[in-house]
Amino acid sequence: MAQAMGFMTDTTLCIGCKACEVACKEWNQLPATGGGANTLSGDSYDNTVRLDGENWRHVRFVEQFDVFDPHRNGGRWLLMSDVCKHCVQAGCLEVCPTGAIIRTEFDTVVIQSDVCNGCRYCIAACPFDVIGINQANNTAMKCTLCYDRLQGGLTPACAQACPTASIQFGPLHDLQARGRKRVEQLHASGESRAYLYGVEGDGYTDQIGGLNAFFLLVDPPETYRLPSRPTLPSRSTVPDWLAGWGSALVAGVVGLLAFRQRRMASVDAGREIPRPEIPSRPETPARPAATPARPPTPAAPPPAAPAPARREYTPTGDQDEA
Amino acid sequence: MFPGSMADSDVITIMGSNMAENHPVAFRWVMQAKERGATLIHVDPRFTRTSAVADLHVAIRAGSDIAFLGGLIRWLIENNRYFHEYVINYTNAATLIDEGFQDTEDLDGVFSGLMEYTGDPINGFIGTYQNQSWQYAATQMGDQGRTANTAQSGEQGVQSGQPGTQAAQVPPGPPFDPLVQSLKKPPPLTDPTLQHPRCVFQIVRRHFARYSPEMVERVTGCPQAQFLKVAETLAANSGPDKTGSIAYAVAWTQHTYGVQMIGAAALLQLLLGNMGRPGAGIMALRGHSTIQGSTDIPTLYHSIHGYMAHPSTLKSHETLTDFIKAETLPTGYWANLPKFMVSYMKSMYGDAATPANDFGYGWHPRIDGDYSHMPMMIRMADGGVKGMLCIGQNPATSLNGRLQRKALRTVPWLVVKDVFETETASFWYAAPEVTSGEVRTEDIQTEVFLFPSAMLAEMEGTYTNTQRLLQFHDKAADPPGDCRSDTWFTHQLALRLKRLYADSTLPRDQGFKALTWDFDYDPGHYPTNTRIQGEPDIMKINLEINGYLTGTRTPVDGFGNLKDDGSTTCASWIYCGMLRPDGVYRPASRTPDPEDNPGSHLGWGFAWPANRRIIYNRASARPDGTPWSDKKKWVWWDGSRWTGYDVPDFTATKAPNAPANRDGIGLDAHSGTDAFIMKPDGKAWLFAPTGYVDGPLPTHYEPAESPVQNPLYPAQQVNPVLKYWPRSDNVLAVQGDPRYPIVVTTYRLTETYLSGAMNRWVPWLAALQPEPFVEMSPELAQEKGINNLDWVTVSSPRGSIRVKALVTGRMRPFKIEDRWVHHIGLPWAWGYSGLVTGDVTNDLTALVADPNVTIHEGKAFMCNLEKA
Repeated sequence: MAQAMGFMTDTTLCIGCKACEVACKEWNQLPATGGGANTLSGDSYDNTVRLDGENWRHVRFVEQFDVFDPHRNGGRWLLMSDVCKHCVQAGCLEVCPTGAIIRTEFDTVVIQSDVCNGCRYCIAACPFDVIGINQANNTAMKCTLCYDRLQGGLTPACAQACPTASIQFGPLHDLQARGRKRVEQLHASGESRAYLYGVEGDGYTDQIGGLNAFFLLVDPPETYRLPSRPTLPSRSTVPDWLAGWGSALVAGVVGLLAFRQRRMASVDAGREIPRPEIPSRPETPARPAATPARPPTPAAPPPAAPAPARREYTPTGDQDEA
Repeated sequence: MFPGSMADSDVITIMGSNMAENHPVAFRWVMQAKERGATLIHVDPRFTRTSAVADLHVAIRAGSDIAFLGGLIRWLIENNRYFHEYVINYTNAATLIDEGFQDTEDLDGVFSGLMEYTGDPINGFIGTYQNQSWQYAATQMGDQGRTANTAQSGEQGVQSGQPGTQAAQVPPGPPFDPLVQSLKKPPPLTDPTLQHPRCVFQIVRRHFARYSPEMVERVTGCPQAQFLKVAETLAANSGPDKTGSIAYAVAWTQHTYGVQMIGAAALLQLLLGNMGRPGAGIMALRGHSTIQGSTDIPTLYHSIHGYMAHPSTLKSHETLTDFIKAETLPTGYWANLPKFMVSYMKSMYGDAATPANDFGYGWHPRIDGDYSHMPMMIRMADGGVKGMLCIGQNPATSLNGRLQRKALRTVPWLVVKDVFETETASFWYAAPEVTSGEVRTEDIQTEVFLFPSAMLAEMEGTYTNTQRLLQFHDKAADPPGDCRSDTWFTHQLALRLKRLYADSTLPRDQGFKALTWDFDYDPGHYPTNTRIQGEPDIMKINLEINGYLTGTRTPVDGFGNLKDDGSTTCASWIYCGMLRPDGVYRPASRTPDPEDNPGSHLGWGFAWPANRRIIYNRASARPDGTPWSDKKKWVWWDGSRWTGYDVPDFTATKAPNAPANRDGIGLDAHSGTDAFIMKPDGKAWLFAPTGYVDGPLPTHYEPAESPVQNPLYPAQQVNPVLKYWPRSDNVLAVQGDPRYPIVVTTYRLTETYLSGAMNRWVPWLAALQPEPFVEMSPELAQEKGINNLDWVTVSSPRGSIRVKALVTGRMRPFKIEDRWVHHIGLPWAWGYSGLVTGDVTNDLTALVADPNVTIHEGKAFMCNLEKA
């Protein structure tokens, strides 16, 4: 295997220009939302809204302003270019029934469209909500870390387009060293909240062994809608024998119901593939007209371990926390 | 300065610009400086993507920039924090000003010399200044004109363009040196102790005495503590081993006193010693890829190539000798103007230009008034324009859009050359007046021709970017269908026009017949890898611009070798030297510096003038020629000549202690410490005797539309000489009009490009910002009962538009004079054509402008906003 390659996305250098989004779509020939006729989301300058099968880079805009202070003292606008994390232990890869998802010689995770049958298991299994169905070919798609460009010795399109080096590409080992140095530098210059999310021992992503696309953040992961404890699907499953019995029971009931429904409804449900309960995307609260005041951050967290108050990420509420 | 040099700055102040958002590529240097520990300050009414990465965001009310900068200037002087050694040696601080000069402090907000404007109303001035009293004492240093032509409206030249009265009768040139010699005057009086009450330093001190921190807070809404933090940061980061830069863009220019805002920044930077040094200076960010080039080889009406004044009927410009007398400064580098002008005439008329016929000067068109965009469209709306070529512009969504579209409806023919069908091309069936039934298509007589244009990668040529850097780019592919490059279009148009005039014997047509146009490829040399026929030979155009020896057609090796006797041609003297005599075309060179080099990259492209990256870089050394500090060394004297990391901007072998030659002309008249070689006195001007039409020092006035009475000078609300065209379709709200209580500023977004004519047709780009919106504070939204994403109507005396509300804490109200003033923001990137459409923001703006450069006031005007 070649060297493990990855991204470091340094959010303190991001200017939210979305060049990464456009460069990605251009290189990978992904369709524009609505053919260009998108609608205004009302969520800051973010009209891309999410990562999915057609959006492989997504710039998040998090506004933190105290609207009860007309001077907006301490106001921040956090900008962050999100992407597939290329997890060291990738849930999508674990659940893919067709072997469409592979780990490449660059230690990245790639979905092979010609093998994918569109079953959506990987969508459910991804703790970061990265994968989606691309309407063009009806297969699951996500960032490939520009596998084709890597094979040709090129930098991925997003990193190439980034004007401020917020997105850095390179051998993972180098990036991690660079990231640690950058955190030290930020701490020294007074930005004590800076930390790396997605490296070994970060206290967040250890259960999946870290991320090949990791981030430098200045607020808790939840602020960026990143899970504080991403886990593998295998951690959430019940023991095999119980699952087997349970499945049989469920299948029987579902089968009976289906028989009944087929008689009653003329809708063609044939394309629906029976599948386990999908952990649904956490409901994004409707954005209020006035941005709520930012919760106060700890005055001076210890620079070495900037561990902000963590909330557990429990999309289904039944995760094994062991 | 150039953007790469910003990486060397210790403090960067971005003001009048949203640099991260609109100049993201140049912004990489700012981020590099930040990574090296520089402090980034963003002064802006809004919290933008630039503010998001700044160390300090300072919110000020739109249009109050001079009050803020003036406060900094006062603070530096009163606290003795200016860079004394720099100021005393390299600026005109010690120079005495005429006894007749009266400041705004003496005259309640105006300078001496204010007169009623009696010229053509189309020029728009509401008043005018006679600037005789602004001159240096005992010498009329400035009255020869030609000092800051780019800041000089062509229609305003009378005072600054009078031939020197002392000029003796001399034989007409060439050579023109005796004529230039005759224009000389005694050097100005100075007081190096800076104590004389009429010395520039004391005048500046008195002028800004009002700009106290309290006044800054009253005018701008910025708390004093925050203002003082900025002042302290700037002062702490300047001096021999520190430098700071200031970046601005159109948020400074688009005001009725925009040029003065930039002047205030220049004054501030000079006090801090931040000119001609690495990481120092003023970064004028330009909004298009080659807008710098379009002023060098100008599309400006009032200037010819290389920033020489356009011959004018309003100045003493009857003959070439008159022109040279009126426009040449006998001392400083502009003393070479006769060489540049004669070479330009030779480029225009070739062999037909001879000493006997004044090098064809009589054929050259002369302007007689303001022919910039706004007066042109007003003339057109009144039926005074017969046809229009519209290339790379979209007036239908431009300032006071309804008036612009009314003008388009009256012009008999209109050619639009663009890559998409812009609003200017589709106005006759898609404009809001037409879709609403107010105007019927069948009543519009305009004949519209839409010429499809090639795009960037489909043509070859150069860009001149914001750092005056020419970079050549190749063509990647032929354009599709009938699309053609701009050079093809211009070349073919010229060839056809030449044919139409070929047989004319009318005297007025002889100039056009004599005009050289020799850009066809030599037989057998036309490129074979294209299906397009009829392109001109780009290298022939380059040779024309660079200039050549008329005998051998060898490229002239730099503008120092241009002659005033007709033996050289040169279309634009500042570009001379880009083509070397050995045929090397420097804009195509691509040799970067090694990794740990200072980073001037002299082998990358060609920067005018003379491939110099930082101009006035003599000032990067002390008066004795040694670097100010090791950290900030750039150009220095090595004992026998000037050397360094850049091309020295000084006579190469003139020693630092060389005295000025009192009898000399040009640079001979400068001493070894006169670093500002384009200035007649070799000094940077804190006080500008000529160049500005609206005063020798910056003064805070309110925008033409403002919510408050001018807190600084209550007797003088607005710039007393601003340009305004009063018409029923161009009404201004009076100060404090309760119908229009909200301040609005317009801008573009990273995702959009200008009027959106290019990005709204590209799906990937259109989807990023698909709908027009108004940014407003939660406070205003609550007051008006508006929720996020509600439709709202924004109205001004010129029109109204319907957009969606984007309620955000990034917007905030300002406390001005004990009351809260609401601010809203409107991107102006939408129109009625394209994949995504929306109302035209510029339907709200007015035709009211800066008097120096006729730029409209789009950054601060008044409106109302209601839920739709």
